[in-house]
Amino acid sequence: MNLTHFSFSVDEAGLALLTWDMKDRSMNVITQSVMAELDQVIDHVASEASIKGCVITSGKAQFSGGADITMLEASARLYATMVRSDGKDKAMQAFFDSSRSLSLLYRKLETSGKPWVAAIHGLCLGGAFELALACHYRIVSDSDTTRVGLPEIKIGLFPGAGGTQRVARLMQTGDALQMLLKGEQIRAPQAKAMGLVHEIAPQVELVARAKAWIANGGSAVAPWDARDYRAPSGKVFSATGMMIWPAANAIYRRETLDNYPAARAILKVVFDGLQVPMDLALRIESRWFAKILRSPEAAAMIRSLFVSMGELNKGTRRPKDIAPTALKKIGIVGAGFMGASIAYVSANSGLDVVLIDRDQEVAERGKALSHKLMTSQVMKGRASTADRDALLSRIMATSDYAALSDCDLVIEAVFEDRAIKAEVLKNIAAHVGPNTVLASNTSTLPITSLADNTGRPMDFLGIHFFSPVERMLLVEVILGKQTGDRALAVALDFVRALRKTPIVVNDTRGFYANRCVMNYLREGHLMLMEGVPPAMIETVARMSGMPVGPLSLNDEVALDLAWKIVQATKADLGADAIDPSQEKLLDALVNQHGRFGRKNGKGFYDYPEKGNKTLWPGLVDLTAHKLDPDTINIAQLKQRFLVVQALEAARTMEEGVVTDPREADVGSILGFGFAPFTGGTISYIDGMGAAQFVALCDELAALYGPRFAPTAGLRDMAAKGESFYGRFLSKRAAA
Amino acid sequence: MPEAFIFDHVRTPRGRGKADGALHEVSTLALATTALAALKDRNGLDKTNVDDVILGCVDPVGEAGGDIARAAALTAGFGDHVPGIQINRFCASGLDAINFAAAQVMAGQHDLAIGGGVESMSRVGIGASGGAWPVDPSIAIPAWFMPQGISADLIATKYGFSRDDADAYAVSSQQRAAKAWDEGRFAKSMIAVRDVNGLTILDRDEHMRPATDMQSLAALKPAFGKMAEQAGFDVVAIQSHPEIEAVNYVHHAGNSSGIVDGAAAVLIGARDFGLAHGLKPRARIRAFANIGSEPAMMLTGPVDVTRKVLKRAGMTIEDIDLFEVNEAFSSVVLRFAQAFDVDMNKLNVNGGAIAMGHPLGATGAMILGTALDELERTGKSVALITLCIGAGMGTATIIERI
Repeated sequence: MNLTHFSFSVDEAGLALLTWDMKDRSMNVITQSVMAELDQVIDHVASEASIKGCVITSGKAQFSGGADITMLEASARLYATMVRSDGKDKAMQAFFDSSRSLSLLYRKLETSGKPWVAAIHGLCLGGAFELALACHYRIVSDSDTTRVGLPEIKIGLFPGAGGTQRVARLMQTGDALQMLLKGEQIRAPQAKAMGLVHEIAPQVELVARAKAWIANGGSAVAPWDARDYRAPSGKVFSATGMMIWPAANAIYRRETLDNYPAARAILKVVFDGLQVPMDLALRIESRWFAKILRSPEAAAMIRSLFVSMGELNKGTRRPKDIAPTALKKIGIVGAGFMGASIAYVSANSGLDVVLIDRDQEVAERGKALSHKLMTSQVMKGRASTADRDALLSRIMATSDYAALSDCDLVIEAVFEDRAIKAEVLKNIAAHVGPNTVLASNTSTLPITSLADNTGRPMDFLGIHFFSPVERMLLVEVILGKQTGDRALAVALDFVRALRKTPIVVNDTRGFYANRCVMNYLREGHLMLMEGVPPAMIETVARMSGMPVGPLSLNDEVALDLAWKIVQATKADLGADAIDPSQEKLLDALVNQHGRFGRKNGKGFYDYPEKGNKTLWPGLVDLTAHKLDPDTINIAQLKQRFLVVQALEAARTMEEGVVTDPREADVGSILGFGFAPFTGGTISYIDGMGAAQFVALCDELAALYGPRFAPTAGLRDMAAKGESFYGRFLSKRAAA
Repeated sequence: MPEAFIFDHVRTPRGRGKADGALHEVSTLALATTALAALKDRNGLDKTNVDDVILGCVDPVGEAGGDIARAAALTAGFGDHVPGIQINRFCASGLDAINFAAAQVMAGQHDLAIGGGVESMSRVGIGASGGAWPVDPSIAIPAWFMPQGISADLIATKYGFSRDDADAYAVSSQQRAAKAWDEGRFAKSMIAVRDVNGLTILDRDEHMRPATDMQSLAALKPAFGKMAEQAGFDVVAIQSHPEIEAVNYVHHAGNSSGIVDGAAAVLIGARDFGLAHGLKPRARIRAFANIGSEPAMMLTGPVDVTRKVLKRAGMTIEDIDLFEVNEAFSSVVLRFAQAFDVDMNKLNVNGGAIAMGHPLGATGAMILGTALDELERTGKSVALITLCIGAGMGTATIIERI
């Protein structure tokens, strides 16, 4: 055998060891040539009588992250090409055959007649874990870094190399569906408890134990190929099945709002697959895999949540000629909720933090948030008290600006008030060294106007975190007119150190994310004033793909804040810049009824001390009209929620606020949860095509007003048959 | 086109559909045989050719499987030449069996046919026949599958029926059924179920609780809320009708149809053939219709199908003297009455399935017979019989007394 990705050896006892260690990669990944080599090895082990069985392990720190996503993308592209050259039927057959080649390879291993053992240390995910599932025995290391799992669902796919069928045959159907639909990474003890792996061993003993299992007569017949096999939940059409499946289908809808074809396909392949023998079951899985792989949802999610997000995380926007900064110490001025949260995530990433507020007590109160968050981690078993102490020791709470002198980066996170910020920024600038980069966490004030306070606008930019900081993955980096490359590079190095995803935007009112969100909130307000029942607004918003209804979200943000923003917009840009209907609603809620949102327990919802929030019954009295719910076009409500945000995103791109469609897309999903299955705001437009989007905007503008009017840029794009990504890629190719 | 006439109708009493119910010892076959044999004996059908026996049965598996209608036709003594066919349109099967028989007569292909139905819910069990609809993601998801009780609660929520409304309707059903029994209004059609020696096993509907009042019903907890929340059906309901913030769970065993065993049969034929064989037409089948309705609410089909059948018959709601709307759940009947603004004194006047029970495949034939007997008792003319159906359907039949 001529192997480049693996090394293969057989000991005196006839026990083979296949070590996966790709030379040109930091992580093992399944490619066409990996598959070809594995195929050779399977044949060799099967045909060589002296070989008793084979252990597969990794020569790297991780086992493998799974299949090469670009291989899947290439396969989908090949299909599109073949449709044109060979016709649809032939192309489909070729695509089907190629998309199930990995599944057939694993089945070949499973039925080769020789026992195979997976010896796993580190990450073993996706297609790699499907390989392990096809092995007859699985041993994982007891290391804290070991994780197994099938995360395909997170990018709009599902495990297509036997994963759905083998998992469904290893555990109760409900547990199997939950595992496949959640796509979580699973630690060794849990994997053992779930029956996903057979044994846990110290890393150094993995191979010896694996060999021992073979030597002790480990069977080369998978449980489901044994004559007496019974699925853990029994037959699908049984009393048990009647308990499982109606609820499974309902819970699918509860969790996905029926927006994710891959999730629906998981239910379908498990349901159908469990009713037939393994080979047929795998074929059914392959049929759906080939369909889902061609789905627009999968394409959009792979592009935004895997490819683009990976590129942004790797620093695609970082100025190349500036050497990486290894940040050691950062300063945060303002120990309120945002400042305290930023201090926590920074310390949690190993940075030393100076947390400043006007007096020691307030600063300490900010630091206490880290104590609280870490204690909660300790209670959940995710951290030790020693971890907590170490993290807290990295945060210095003080009122003394002099402590900022050796910080690499200082972020102000004080109250959103221009005068206060001006004073604080001046104070910071007076205390830091010449290399310190200065930043503001403002969400509303233009960066360029704040920059003057520092006296060094080159070194100043916006670093806008989203709340709750410890959970939200997006950071908006805002460039002022004079922000220099070094400041940008340091800011991106900081975001990277936090393991968050940055987007870089130019300065404007509301930057990118909040501009879209404000449009979303307003659409909810206007629907309410049209007479759409409030519950319908909330549920349909979620059915459109948004994580939270606009009324709920506004309650979280605070209604008096929304009122202030509307008033500020009116003052700055004139009465035409706001919608009088929205103003009337907010005025009534805030000024007449004293409803400020969740913070005072009264917003669009009532928030009782015990129990769930409920919509405020008084809402219906605020609207002049009440529509008959059965006459409301629900599909159109959904479109309004997405279009109004996508259109705002298109405006930000046209204005040059956002310059890269990848950032608009990833930012929209991570920042405000824009319908992930669309791939993000810009992919939503590209996905339907500019012409159709413009037509939709025109239709909505005629019905609901000029806020839906498409931009000149979109009309131009529609007329030329172009797309945001098409333009971006050709521009990048030209550069 | 020939017209189809109803010559006769029989039904068994309904036994409580549990192991302690009186009919639990009686097989599905024996139940069906009881109804068919009675119809045969009362009408001399051993000397008259019956072209087909059509029986509705909703869980036609096990002892109820494999074409129970042919088996029952044989055991009822119709002779080898009388065939049988079993059909299933869930809860309307018994009425559809009558409509199928009528259609064959109207088409001129049959002279005389029997439509009816049978269900031994105590022996076979509800849901025993399985099926793709509740479980297969291909249909369960797009059809918004949820258990019928939750759909009934969704109807109550959407159309504004409170727990008190639902309970008050149930109390009235019990009171009306008790009065109907006390006055012998079912006597004409009631066939006691007997053992091999002729001893009576059951001769009266067993499920009734005439003493039911608002207070006794108030003690019952809503039956479907907990299950709905655990299994995600509450969210399915809300997403299907998103104007609803939360489902109001109002139904329980006391205001939902009872699980019972029973059988019924109706003799349908052409007038001249009947008259030639000594059969007197009692009513004419004016029209019938089937329809699919919104599947999440599932049980509003009676409203849709009533509009359809009225149009087909060239009638208006005012032309109907008497309504039988199957009492699957209180909200089903309340919604029907609301949609057409029906006078409750014309609707289910002798009680219904909440009091007496709903032997799934047989109910349609039973309530058509109840309507016929009531038209004759009161001298009224036209009755409309309709049932809600699983997966969102409705069946309706309009009969006119002769």
